[in-house]
Amino acid sequence: MKKSGEVVIIGGGISGLSTAYNLARLGCKDVVLLEKESLYSGATGRCGAGVRQQFGLEINCRLAKGACEILENLNELLDYERDIELKQGGYLWLLTTDEEVKLYKKNVQLQNNLGIESRLITVEEALEIVPYLNPEGIKACTFHQKDGHVNPFQVSQAYAEAAKRLGVEINTFTEVTDIKVKNNHIVEVITDKGKIATNKVLNAAGAFAKHIGEMAGVKLPLKPERHQILATEPVEPLLGPMVISTDLACLQEPQGSFIMSYSDPDEPEGVNISSSWRFMEEMAKRVCTVLPILSNIKVVRQWAGNYTMTPDAAPILGSLPGVEGFYFAAGFSGHGFMLGPMTGVLMAEHILGKETTISIDKLDIGRFERGELMREPAVS
Amino acid sequence: MISNKDHENTIVCRCEDITLKEIRDLIKEGFKTVDEIKRISRCGMGPCQGRTCRQIVMGEIARTTGKDVSELRLSTFRAPTKNIKIGILAEAAEG
Repeated sequence: MKKSGEVVIIGGGISGLSTAYNLARLGCKDVVLLEKESLYSGATGRCGAGVRQQFGLEINCRLAKGACEILENLNELLDYERDIELKQGGYLWLLTTDEEVKLYKKNVQLQNNLGIESRLITVEEALEIVPYLNPEGIKACTFHQKDGHVNPFQVSQAYAEAAKRLGVEINTFTEVTDIKVKNNHIVEVITDKGKIATNKVLNAAGAFAKHIGEMAGVKLPLKPERHQILATEPVEPLLGPMVISTDLACLQEPQGSFIMSYSDPDEPEGVNISSSWRFMEEMAKRVCTVLPILSNIKVVRQWAGNYTMTPDAAPILGSLPGVEGFYFAAGFSGHGFMLGPMTGVLMAEHILGKETTISIDKLDIGRFERGELMREPAVS
Repeated sequence: MISNKDHENTIVCRCEDITLKEIRDLIKEGFKTVDEIKRISRCGMGPCQGRTCRQIVMGEIARTTGKDVSELRLSTFRAPTKNIKIGILAEAAEG
């Protein structure tokens, strides 16, 4: 392991890996990435593999659109030998109350203004897209064709290989144990494998970002919480888009397996990746209501990962005031993977002191103290 | 442990059609835990959940790294132990 680095990145998930690649692409090649487990073993590798541009906050729409456009060309862009398995089958959003219809109408208007071609559709139109959908209780839907699925392992691996080719040093199974700050400047990162002298650290540690922040004496308003998920055996193609509502999210991967999850409002705060039998039964009940055809398909596995929630469900990107050289990309509130390709571009530009492609000023950590919360409405 | 090169076309993961040669190439490339191999290749993600391939993959990792199988990191074991129909689970939830 190197003894020093111009930039040290903590976290080998999508945010860290894509930032590492983009730093090197912009000419900053003295980058060291540290990951305490194997690459993409945390939230990135445990996520639901969905990518969408249908958000309710302008900044999230912009980040998501940018990320999606990168993903559309990622195999070529990163010269990747495998395939990232992008399937733009759309996201079909099921709206079950008048309030939801009103809110999502507004979201579609915002998305359209930003060049995202989502639309509000009738239940009949939705049934043309998903013939197996149980229309009971659905008032209307929104649909955007360019949303869909992409393989989180392959996307992350593509970034890791491209970063390495450009000279980035990636250290797995290397845990950060402390960060040394002197006169309000970052000076050193301590790991279980040795020390690295540096003046710039990116905290991209996902569910552990709060813990990493504390090492540099910074308190971050982050709440990790478990989200559970399951996968079925692969079957013939039955479902084009991700079907999503306040009750569940369910998509069919290109290889044939269905993956599905729901958010439990009673889930306590904390880093937790254990599974529960209760989730599997409740998930089965919910999906059988919406997509009854799935009742004969077998569950093969369940797992869990962590969302890292912020008070307004929007990410925190930028520098931290008070500690010079401490940068932050976390608190994605369940959308770190899908925004990741854009996160990397913006954080690399920001760390190198360049003007960012999309302004991240409003995503700074200071917004919580100023009371300027963003409040993403399209996150549950 | 299979050491003969003639066996490299042997299917190690029957659910995902992965050969011994593919596993050996991944280990050579730097994927040195069962989880890393699983995530990049889907080896062990199919209906049998690694019941056939896990031991073979671990044997190959042990042989390449010079470690004992007992020292290697395992994937997490989770329910369901056997594949189970969504409809049956849903019925159980209804009580």
